[in-house]
Amino acid sequence: MTEVQKPGTDPKPGEPGSVPASSDREPLLAVRHLRVEFNTRRGTLTAIDDVSFTIAPGEVLGVVGESGAGKSITGTAVIGLLEPPGRIAGGEILLEGRRIDNLPFEQMRKIRGRHIGAIFQDPLTSLNPLYTIGRQIVETIRTHLPMTETQARARAIELLQEVGIPAPERRIDNFPHQFSGGMRQRVVIALALCANPRLIIADEPTTALDVSVQAQIITLLKRLCREHGTAVMLITHDMGVIAETSDRVAVMYAGRIAEIGPVQEVIHNPQHPYTMGLMGSIPSIGASAEHLPQIEGSMPRLNAIPRGCAFNPRCPRVFDRCRVERPSLMPADKSLAACWLHAPEMAAPGAKSDWAEGAVHG
Amino acid sequence: MVEAAVRPPPRPSPKGEGDHIKNGEQVPLIEVRELVKDFDVSRPWLNRVIEGAPRQLLRAVDGVSFAIQRGETLSLVGESGCGKSTVARLICGLYEPTGGSVVFDGVDLGKVTSRSEMLQLRRRFQMIFQDPYASLNPRWRVRDIIAEPMRSLGLVKAAGLCDKRVAELLTSVGLSPQDMDKYPHEFSGGQRQRISIARALSSNPEFLVCDEPTSALDVSVQAQILNLMKDLQREHGLTYLFISHNLAVVSHISTRVGVMYLGRIVEIADTNTLFERPLHPYTQMLQSAIPDITMSGKPRVPVAGEVPNPLDPPGGCTFNPRCPYAKDKCRVERPPLAPFDGASVACHGIHDGWIPIRTAAHA
Repeated sequence: MTEVQKPGTDPKPGEPGSVPASSDREPLLAVRHLRVEFNTRRGTLTAIDDVSFTIAPGEVLGVVGESGAGKSITGTAVIGLLEPPGRIAGGEILLEGRRIDNLPFEQMRKIRGRHIGAIFQDPLTSLNPLYTIGRQIVETIRTHLPMTETQARARAIELLQEVGIPAPERRIDNFPHQFSGGMRQRVVIALALCANPRLIIADEPTTALDVSVQAQIITLLKRLCREHGTAVMLITHDMGVIAETSDRVAVMYAGRIAEIGPVQEVIHNPQHPYTMGLMGSIPSIGASAEHLPQIEGSMPRLNAIPRGCAFNPRCPRVFDRCRVERPSLMPADKSLAACWLHAPEMAAPGAKSDWAEGAVHG
Repeated sequence: MVEAAVRPPPRPSPKGEGDHIKNGEQVPLIEVRELVKDFDVSRPWLNRVIEGAPRQLLRAVDGVSFAIQRGETLSLVGESGCGKSTVARLICGLYEPTGGSVVFDGVDLGKVTSRSEMLQLRRRFQMIFQDPYASLNPRWRVRDIIAEPMRSLGLVKAAGLCDKRVAELLTSVGLSPQDMDKYPHEFSGGQRQRISIARALSSNPEFLVCDEPTSALDVSVQAQILNLMKDLQREHGLTYLFISHNLAVVSHISTRVGVMYLGRIVEIADTNTLFERPLHPYTQMLQSAIPDITMSGKPRVPVAGEVPNPLDPPGGCTFNPRCPYAKDKCRVERPPLAPFDGASVACHGIHDGWIPIRTAAHA
């Protein structure tokens, strides 16, 4: 990238840097310039604004951000479960090279479950309390795979065994309320795995669980993905969970991706001032700082996203350009960051040290 | 008189000069002795009569004792259902204890009979709740929310003085005095929690019970609230009881930490001691269960099982079914919370020496 992208001009797909490439492999999921809008009485709110990322087969992409950053909406858009007034207003979503964002509801229904599985935060609301878990799993299997009742039941027991439910042949006839929170989440994972999907969207899968159970579920998810080669889009607000599970991580802020890169890099060498602030504000055991570094203020509401970079009013390193022009993702060390500090002309040798004062060259 | 009305309580300086020292020993600000709380979870009366089902009691808090010194922050950590919030509510008088006592500044709260005396004591401790969306009345203006404790305790009579005090409080928690005319829905979660803190501070208390005050907040906002709480503690000489399930938050804010499991304290020690040398197997397990954000690649203690049903807790040490070191003694005899090398721990294995003592290596 030799020239800085002007705001509003979309980079052409396929151009280097336009879609963050995860690896050389053909991406399993490619989201390009996704835009999600909500029509409300007080005007249109843009919840997701020009978000692009890819997920390679077998890869775990963590999506992290604070509440209202748009991480869950991104997940819901991918599985086609956006509810009105939310709608995809632009961009495209490709699963194995095939567009899925404009499919009719019935066709999307076949993809959901068969090709994309979903795990939601609250395991109690994702299961129907009136049916035994066996019936729910068997129904899901038979919807997607050509199996008889007996075969499907055998597979259901196998799945329950795999997700670590003791005595699955007895437990299969239990109702959801007879399971504890952690066990229920295991059942939900079994449901998501039913048809052996290539991609799982996991939206805060461990947030409702206690730490000890959370650790068990993380270990389980990691093992299953490794064994099945399933790719995961893991949406969470917990950087610790991301660090434990993900290969790459996308940090979202106010409906945009602020930074995306390998998990090691983003955690140990954050490039976007927001990521730096976010990492700093997480308390850690053993650190004896009297004060936690804090980001002043809070995330803007959707109807008041500032001009230029959405983070500029809170950014300690803000300079004039940030208030006017919106940065796209640009290479920053080993990651991509949407921050003018990494504009090519800023990255000239020696320029790094005087970022703060807004010394823009060129 | 005007001064006294604006700053209601003429209270002793936080770092006491003699008035809380008895026989050369410092009297803790709050002391909890063998606190027990049972909840009646029986079936309805008719069912019991027809089905002959027995009365069923759930022991949420089972003999908890601790003391908090002035200016200290004691945290209680544990997983959901361990009784930490019940302890907080018992101390604040939101629940009546089934057994045991809460002693505040030398006065047993259970033995106070006169209403005026109780009001005098009540003024000195306040509570901050977890959910800032549920703990503020949506129909009240911020002014009324914050002034409520002052009004109900009869600390401030004149409306003008009340506003002055509210403005002062809003400024001290990082909001603007103009905010007092707004309603709670006009604020974000972090700002609402600031309002809760201002409300708690309005009667100028010495002791704050904070029940998961940052659990509903995002990390960057959590950092703001934790910093604010630390600043206020220093300025006003506050004492905190901090309830949380997040060990990292606890390690940041507390001077001492108590770990609870199924209604009992299994280990209590100074923060540094507890995190550097966790003794009880449950404490060790909790620590290793936290996702490792530094990605140091340290091995985890495998975690097995879940918290058992509190209606039917295991005999002996309640942790025994999940404990990798459990022996026969643990299944029969309940271990007492006893001092061990700078900490207190309720574990046979530690006291009898069959559990190796490991120090956690934090970089």
